[in-house]
Amino acid sequence: MTDGLNIGLWLAVIASGIYHGVNPGMGWPLAVAAGLMERRQSALLAALAPLAGGHFLAMAVILLPFGMLTALQYWNHEIRIVAALIVICIGVLLFVYRRHPRVLARIPPSQIGLWSFAIAIAHGAGLMLVPMYLGLCTTKPSTILDHDAAMSIVTNNLGLAVLVSAAHALAMIGAGGVVAWLTYRYFGLQVLSKAWINLDTVWAGSLIAVGLVAVAGSF
Amino acid sequence: MIQRPDPTFHASPKLAIEAAPEKFAYTLLLSGDFTKPDALAIVDVDPSSSQYGKIVHTVTMPNKGDEFHHFGWNACSSALSPLSGHAFIERRYLIIPGLRSSRIYVIDTKPHPTQAKIHKIIEPEEIFHKTGYSRPHTVHCGPDGIYVSTLGGAGPDGTEGPPGIFILDCETFDVLGRWEIDRGPQLLHYDFWWNLPRDYMVSSEWGLPPQFENGIVPEDLLANKYGHHVHFWNLRARRNVQTIDLGAQHQMALEVRPAHDPAREYGFLGVVVDTTNLEGSIWTWWRDGSEFRIEKTATIPAEPADPELLPSLLKGFGAVPPLVTDIDLSLDDKFLYVACWGTGELRQYDVTEPRKPKLVGSVHAGGIARRTPRPDGSHFAGGPQMLEISRDGKRVYVTNSLYSTWDDQFYPGGVPGSLAIVNVNPAGGIAFDKAFRVEIPEGYRTHQVRLEGGDCSTDSFCYSSA
Repeated sequence: MTDGLNIGLWLAVIASGIYHGVNPGMGWPLAVAAGLMERRQSALLAALAPLAGGHFLAMAVILLPFGMLTALQYWNHEIRIVAALIVICIGVLLFVYRRHPRVLARIPPSQIGLWSFAIAIAHGAGLMLVPMYLGLCTTKPSTILDHDAAMSIVTNNLGLAVLVSAAHALAMIGAGGVVAWLTYRYFGLQVLSKAWINLDTVWAGSLIAVGLVAVAGSF
Repeated sequence: MIQRPDPTFHASPKLAIEAAPEKFAYTLLLSGDFTKPDALAIVDVDPSSSQYGKIVHTVTMPNKGDEFHHFGWNACSSALSPLSGHAFIERRYLIIPGLRSSRIYVIDTKPHPTQAKIHKIIEPEEIFHKTGYSRPHTVHCGPDGIYVSTLGGAGPDGTEGPPGIFILDCETFDVLGRWEIDRGPQLLHYDFWWNLPRDYMVSSEWGLPPQFENGIVPEDLLANKYGHHVHFWNLRARRNVQTIDLGAQHQMALEVRPAHDPAREYGFLGVVVDTTNLEGSIWTWWRDGSEFRIEKTATIPAEPADPELLPSLLKGFGAVPPLVTDIDLSLDDKFLYVACWGTGELRQYDVTEPRKPKLVGSVHAGGIARRTPRPDGSHFAGGPQMLEISRDGKRVYVTNSLYSTWDDQFYPGGVPGSLAIVNVNPAGGIAFDKAFRVEIPEGYRTHQVRLEGGDCSTDSFCYSSA
């Protein structure tokens, strides 16, 4: 695997973070609301922490099982293809099934971290990272590994899952935080009704595209 | 597919105040003797229109005896909730419950208010079957669907089990089921509203169907058997967290009006009549840490009157109770309007200090004994009853009927429908608009008014105006 490809994948991790962050559906308006309710900027900043934490956990909880699977060195290629196919299928599902889960409305407004976690899971946000993550994982498909060597690869890859999730969540909250702060400080709330664009189609399309790129790249 | 939030959704009350004024008023017409089907009248309220003050379209229902009362939208500014994650729904359908029939009409107001038509009818059986409730009343668009309060439980007279709230899907209009998980001591219902970001609901009490459907029951009233509690709920947990008894003499706690700005954790409640002295009262509730508190903050005394002028119900008292049947709060949370349906008065209180309402304006029209004519000298039947304030706070729309059988008891001479506008002086003070005069069709009474694009008793805001 070349460094160039790695840099590209890391950039994709960051870019998807920015993309999730600026999407109002992932929570920056909650930070604006918190700032306005308390009439102070620090309340806005305080709301960003649970938003980031929830998003980070939603990424990690998806990536970690795939990290475990990297122990199955002989199946690495197949795992990548199946993972990419899952991402494509979820994208297609989101494309077709447009209803929004009512259960999300049951989460109390005080539970911002839980909300951020649930909304990211419900939208398959973590899945968007899976192909990039698998691309970054350590693999040694040509040699037969003993147990210890396999475990060390898994440990590395689990660490990588945490790192990818963290980098993504930081990019997400950085971008979302800037939009929230600009809205709070300069643009005003009218931005919400004017600039909030329905991203349902784009979002589903992004999942499908990421999956397709991964399938194409695996051959 | 909808690509942008509806332009009539506003994140904060301030943005709603600044939005363009309404051009149409949706007004419920009810047939007081049930000989005609109830209807929705669309009134042109654009002063620059040649049709100003005219009914430009009417949607007549296919049934009789529904008894229209309150109604609401399928979606409002609450769709911009930061928790919804999805603001892409239209303010398009009016949800009109028949209080007597338990039937609900869904009216499509697109492509234009003058082409409004019936979109769906939810038959009473579906509501009975799925919720065990009856007599649907208040409609608010909530975080997970349309919330509808009811006044009756199950059974033919609605007394088998307590009434409560049920939820309708805001797109398919399927009845989804009961809302409450734990109702605590709540046994009666009327109005409800909430503070969405602060996650609580407040509900009030009128009485059970046998206490109102055939008219007010004087024995029940004098025995203080109508509702006198206010309930506070954890909204997402769907649990009653606190019930406060206002004192049994405070009969019929009706409209719940929370401050529109969600950073303000207080609101108002109107009580129709105090059975010890016939006065009406305004109460202010607020949150104090984890507890809610409420206190009586304004009273309106009964007016002595010649028994000759009084209906049999009141002859023995020789006085007219003000009968506070509706209250409404302007979007800037500054003015509270109070309808005194008995004495025929509309009062304007400055509630900048919520626990010290200050009377700053008053107009008279109708009234059981006063019988004040309109400014042009013509007869105003009944008294000011349902109120709706324009988003900009400059106009108050006033209708005059309370409820079919109660109209007949308090105003035996009849309550032909009226729709009037009262203009507001921003510094305080109100006066009837002399130019606005709507001809309500013969045989119809008027009840709640909803304004195109939202008004002061429909929209719930999730962001403070700060």
